[in-house]
Amino acid sequence: MSEPTTARLHPAGPTGLPWAWIGVAPFFLFALLFLILPTAFLVVGAFQTADGAFTLQNLRDLGHPSIVAAYWISIQISAASALGGAVIGAFLAYAAVGGGLPAWIRPTLMTFSGVASNFAGVPLAFAFLATLGRTGLVTWALATWFGFNLYSTGFNLLSFLGLTLTYLYFQIPLMVLILTPALDGLKKEWREAASILGASTFQYWRRIGLPVLWPSLMGSTLLLFANSFGAVATAYALTGSSLNIVTILLYAQIRGDVLHNQNLGYALALGMILITGVSNIAYIWLRGRAERWSR
Amino acid sequence: MTFIDIRGLKKSFGPTTVVHDFDLSVERGEFISFLGPSGCGKTTILRMIAGFESATAGSIAIAGKEVAHLPPAKRDVGMVFQSYALFPNMTVADNIAFGLRVAKRSADEIRTRVRQMLDLIKLPHLGERYPYQLSGGQQQRVALARAIAVKPQVLLLDEPLSALDAKIRVSLREEIRALQKELGITTIFVTHDQEEALSMSDRIVVLSEGRAEQIGTPFEVYNYPRTRFVASFVGTLNLLAAEVVEPAAGRLALDGRTVSTASSLAVRGTGETVTVAMRPEALSLGAAAGDRNAIPGTVEDVAFLGAVVRIRVRLDAQTVSLDAFNQPSVSLPKKGDAVTLTFTREDLLVLEEDR
Amino acid sequence: MKKSTFGPWLAVVLGAAYFLIPLIATVEFSMRMKRGEYSFEAYRVVLGDPRFQASFSYSVALALATIVIGVLLVVPTAYWVQLRLPKLRPVVEFITLLPLVIPAIVIVFGYLRIYNSESWLPLTDSARGTDLLLAFGYVTLALPYMYRSVDTGLRAIDVRTLTEAAESLGAGWATILFKVIFPNIRSAILSGSFLTFAIVIGEFTFAALLDRPAFGPYLQLVGANRAYEPAALAIIAFVVTWACMGLIQVFGAARGTAQK
Repeated sequence: MSEPTTARLHPAGPTGLPWAWIGVAPFFLFALLFLILPTAFLVVGAFQTADGAFTLQNLRDLGHPSIVAAYWISIQISAASALGGAVIGAFLAYAAVGGGLPAWIRPTLMTFSGVASNFAGVPLAFAFLATLGRTGLVTWALATWFGFNLYSTGFNLLSFLGLTLTYLYFQIPLMVLILTPALDGLKKEWREAASILGASTFQYWRRIGLPVLWPSLMGSTLLLFANSFGAVATAYALTGSSLNIVTILLYAQIRGDVLHNQNLGYALALGMILITGVSNIAYIWLRGRAERWSR
Repeated sequence: MTFIDIRGLKKSFGPTTVVHDFDLSVERGEFISFLGPSGCGKTTILRMIAGFESATAGSIAIAGKEVAHLPPAKRDVGMVFQSYALFPNMTVADNIAFGLRVAKRSADEIRTRVRQMLDLIKLPHLGERYPYQLSGGQQQRVALARAIAVKPQVLLLDEPLSALDAKIRVSLREEIRALQKELGITTIFVTHDQEEALSMSDRIVVLSEGRAEQIGTPFEVYNYPRTRFVASFVGTLNLLAAEVVEPAAGRLALDGRTVSTASSLAVRGTGETVTVAMRPEALSLGAAAGDRNAIPGTVEDVAFLGAVVRIRVRLDAQTVSLDAFNQPSVSLPKKGDAVTLTFTREDLLVLEEDR
Repeated sequence: MKKSTFGPWLAVVLGAAYFLIPLIATVEFSMRMKRGEYSFEAYRVVLGDPRFQASFSYSVALALATIVIGVLLVVPTAYWVQLRLPKLRPVVEFITLLPLVIPAIVIVFGYLRIYNSESWLPLTDSARGTDLLLAFGYVTLALPYMYRSVDTGLRAIDVRTLTEAAESLGAGWATILFKVIFPNIRSAILSGSFLTFAIVIGEFTFAALLDRPAFGPYLQLVGANRAYEPAALAIIAFVVTWACMGLIQVFGAARGTAQK
């Protein structure tokens, strides 16, 4: 019955194949034009001189101390906010999923996390200036109620610690969102089976809970790392160009060629792609491992 | 000698009580099934015995020792879950060895015991596989091995066969029963499948809405159900209304015809309406003979079920179903035929009123 | 076996504090504009600023354009992959995840190089062309979220049976797509759309580097020059984000109950 009509949308035989591909052609064309070519242009440009000749000089120039320092600070801030976000987010997610709290906590936390993980960029910088800036509410409260002058300790919102604290605002909820499904995958029966076989809570976590969660934990941390490594707006709005992180350096380079070498700018971008790329590939690989067990 | 003694066990979640005053004595080495529909409290009782749920009231003693306040690990029980609950990050051998490792047994002892267990569940070559590489039936056998590797005094099985295919279910239930007899381990088995309960158990506890409706051997539960619930849950059954005529002599009126029963009518008054039950396979067609009860009726429907033919007969106001073996040499009645239904006094059961 | 809930409560309370204190501080700060009293003066100034109105409406229009382009691009692709080219799924999924791998600033850097006035497609030559490029860029940024949302929605319905049923009733591909598939994954499309809106509305990097008068660069500009208005703007941006997430919840919940 359906054969004649199916034949129309399901053309058979070797001539049929291109027809099926036309359905996805717009998508691939779009991806090529607005995702792959622009990136490829930079990657290729990183290996070229201004005249278009092949060179490795741009990559060598990445070794300039100020550029290395920019990468290094970026990596440190990303690693700190990823690790902090992962640890705190994991505890928070676990508290909501398996902590025996009232049922309304979990959907509330999920909604708040959805909002907070998307509340990044310039407004987030403003919020933290109002909180921990020199005239911020928390700074004021610490000074007035506890006689504690935050800024006399050397603290500065426009610094490594300040930026990390600010990034945590979206990193923690992002961790909660990514890790919750993995925590749901920890079956209650595993814990019960372990406990009836004599294992303590510690033994359960060491031998079953953590090994099962490990790929998800690692993978989520890497995703968080890439997430903050590529962030521009928060840092720029918070610190202007006073903090030498790689995204801000690249931003300045795009704006005004501060490196005085376009192709070195491309190499800078390539370095960023490599770093986020590696951490994302590791994330995908670890996620695959995590899913293997849950099949 | 009573090995597991449960007295006055009760479980409430807030205002709702899911288990009411549950009593049960289990002998050493006995195989007991908890049978009932989902939500009847059978799993809750099992989980209270395991120690995963705390009892609201009552006591649980295993081998003379009160365990109701002990954590699961101190109760010396093993448990198998419906979802297998094998640790996904460990091999089969490591799963089986888990309890022994936690108990800090020697490496030699663990190795021997794991080998023994793998042989016992007939998977001697799969020790190095991971759970996700096994079929459901194999996983459940590993779960069984893991539970008994530490030699618990009591084995608790929570619907272990429900997630499996029909064929594997039948073969595995025979394996479990054989294993249980071989080890002589006292076992409580939770199921909603009457066939499983009837075929495996020494005794069955039929549960409904948190109460034990009947506790008895498969034979007793099937042939002499005490309540309407047990009668309808275990096997198919004709349930009919009858009026008490002569309590002392066990005489009832069934659709205007006087019949006699072997059940006691001592507490019933003349004229009272009672529920009676008859198994389809206990009824037959033909002329009245001896002291068998006989009621005339009309064939309403004949359904061919393979080995059995189910015939629906209208009496006066009510209908009953009866099963006849499919014998090609015997001709079956047709729709509209006038027939006489006969059955013995023992086959007419008078049920207790439902609570 | 009563577990102590002290630890979990502590985690949740600390988490809530971390989430709420900056908000409270921002609200408090935004109301300090008039000396010695709390007022909504900063909000009045901001909302009355013509540049606010212009940049906000520009970003809203751009977000809507992004959503339309994104939906028209993603839904047919995801549908077609699910129906006819399941082997292509890993490739398409990989591409949709790329925007999470390649930092936004790198993508826009590439745009500036290959769509500049000397290139074969000089999109950045005109304001309209740049607007279009910005919208395409936002579609790229939102691709991971939009695709995942739509794909999940499509998996929840039986695409093949619906398509074959519509075909057997004589429907053409446009009818199938717009009258059968779209309505059935409406809540998934809406979720993806609101998320896209939340991402686009305050986006800074793309808009600033393509030099378009969007809300993000305006925020940054105000932040660099004013004291109390940025806090008011942060609260406004937060309310917009919250509204988008709230709407996703509403439509997600509506779908959940409809399925039961």
